[in-house]
Amino acid sequence: MSSSETVAANPEGRTYGRGGVPPAGAMERFTSYDVEAFEVPGGREEIWRFTPMKRLRGLHDGTAAFDGTAAIGVTGGDGVTAETVGRDDARIGQGGIPSDRVGAQAWSGFREATVVTLDGTPEPVTITLDGPGEGATAVAHLQIRTTPHTQATVVVEGRGSGALADNIEFVVADGSKLVVIVTEEWADDAVHVSAQHIALGRDATIVATSIAFGGDLVRISPTVNYTAPGGSAELFGLGFADAGQHLEQRLLVDHSTPNCTSNVLYKNALQGKEGVTDAHTVWIGDVLIRAAAEQTETFEFNRNLVLTPHARADSVPNLEIETGEIAGAGHASATGRFDDEQLFYLQSRGIPEDAARRLVVRGFFGEILSRIPVTELRERLEAAVEAELAFTGV
Amino acid sequence: MSTLEIKDLHASVTTDAGAKEILRGVDLTVRAGETHAIMGPNGSGKSTLAYAIAGHPKYQITSGEVLLDGENVLEMTVDERARAGLFLAMQYPVEVPGVSMANFLRSAATAVRGEAPKLRTWVKEVKGAMEDLEIDQAFAERSVNEGFSGGEKKRHEVLQLSLLKPKIAILDETDSGLDVDALRVVSDGVNRYKAAGDVGVLLITHYTRILKHIEPDFVHVFAGGRVVESGGAELADELETNGYVKFTGAGAAAS
Repeated sequence: MSSSETVAANPEGRTYGRGGVPPAGAMERFTSYDVEAFEVPGGREEIWRFTPMKRLRGLHDGTAAFDGTAAIGVTGGDGVTAETVGRDDARIGQGGIPSDRVGAQAWSGFREATVVTLDGTPEPVTITLDGPGEGATAVAHLQIRTTPHTQATVVVEGRGSGALADNIEFVVADGSKLVVIVTEEWADDAVHVSAQHIALGRDATIVATSIAFGGDLVRISPTVNYTAPGGSAELFGLGFADAGQHLEQRLLVDHSTPNCTSNVLYKNALQGKEGVTDAHTVWIGDVLIRAAAEQTETFEFNRNLVLTPHARADSVPNLEIETGEIAGAGHASATGRFDDEQLFYLQSRGIPEDAARRLVVRGFFGEILSRIPVTELRERLEAAVEAELAFTGV
Repeated sequence: MSTLEIKDLHASVTTDAGAKEILRGVDLTVRAGETHAIMGPNGSGKSTLAYAIAGHPKYQITSGEVLLDGENVLEMTVDERARAGLFLAMQYPVEVPGVSMANFLRSAATAVRGEAPKLRTWVKEVKGAMEDLEIDQAFAERSVNEGFSGGEKKRHEVLQLSLLKPKIAILDETDSGLDVDALRVVSDGVNRYKAAGDVGVLLITHYTRILKHIEPDFVHVFAGGRVVESGGAELADELETNGYVKFTGAGAAAS
């Protein structure tokens, strides 16, 4: 390992940018549908300080032309209703409210939204989200909703070129379960800044997996709101950052009602290259347990595996608790290189070093990929991991 | 007929205070068909000897030789040593999250045998070996050593021994942390391995109890980083009675 490698991790779980004075916590997060309600960020703000603003293509400061469109395609089937609706549709906004300027920009800018309603036990649905094309910028709005007691699986595939700001709402009705896998399989030039708004009804469950492979800059901000007791959120993530790539995941799980659970596991691997901007991953895990949220049970964990020099992983877990009446709360973060003991063990059984490394990385991601219930997708993603590894010769 | 020759082996670890010599001239030859027990007090360097032979990067060999059938083991990478026919059953097997035992065993067997074992016979072979060691088949789908108890880890070390069939096996405190039943199961496994091939065993242990199950041809007392006395099985009985006190003095003198 060369000394130019940067591994940044924060085992204490709290990082307060400048001067050590805590900013207003996630409890007091500002939200608005109106882009003008947010000041143009300069990059030093707590929520923007990790993001390379110059690479945002003007999505944040009003300079983006929004001259393109991002097509949304939906595979149909029994129990699947896809509608294109106007801004005034009463359902829009039931998932949540933007909390940064790019989210509000996308909200202020969309003309039509796609609403996909899932009812009963439909076959897995695939929704494609196409970038506006190289050099173009666009906004989009997508809402995925379930009816009560529905059990459904949705794959949202982000692909193509250009810069896209969007809001994706997940409105999960009482007693229903939504399994969703969102993949970021963008071309090398793409910029995707996405606010995911998850609203869980009574005894509703979401199992959301976020897969980030492609793009120049991908910044995903999922927020979970529990609108009634008994909700459960399982949030998994897998990112593979190559040289020059910036992959940012900013989660907020807002426990405001009793008897809800959340479980977060995000894993990133990074491989940089000399002479290219560092491969960079950012994981922010904010969990709030408000005074009313008694018997909350929550755990969040971020692991980053640094495969090469010239890579940087930032990890900031943060837990704010306003009640002592909880079932359990924990968080952890670990960033490391290859574990030499693991390599020694595998090699001591005759497995060559390169094969041993591949086994370890496959194993690292296997924990996330093995949970994906759509076989074809899982195999495609496993192949993508193999291709990434073959590329560097890890 | 394989032979492992250790000649005047010196090895050090790097500490904050500089290099610290742990092995101070080890001489030992293990031939196929022989079982050698190395016994010694804590901190005498027994485990270091095992890891140094296997090629753990923590230890630097400063002088001496290790030869397997005349080939210089010290010039080989860790995996080359294993493919050449050396095996180390570790005192603390490493957890590898996300890699299933089944996948690991097949990868190891493929590497050591030089070709992927035929799937049908392989499944049978693994199943039989697991049954011999009273390991539940469900372990095949679990991550390597992850969440295993001490005894389960040791059984899996011997499982690997039985599948990889090395020429020379080094067992580092394989008996530690085992209850009476597990000790019997693990010892039976080692004895089956010995009986099935013309192989050599180097058994490193702190206690004599495993020697009641696996009969040694030679017993060596290890102290101060070297072999200070060698004898037959009767030497173990003497250690059982008198302890290591007599030898720790000798080790200190040697240093």
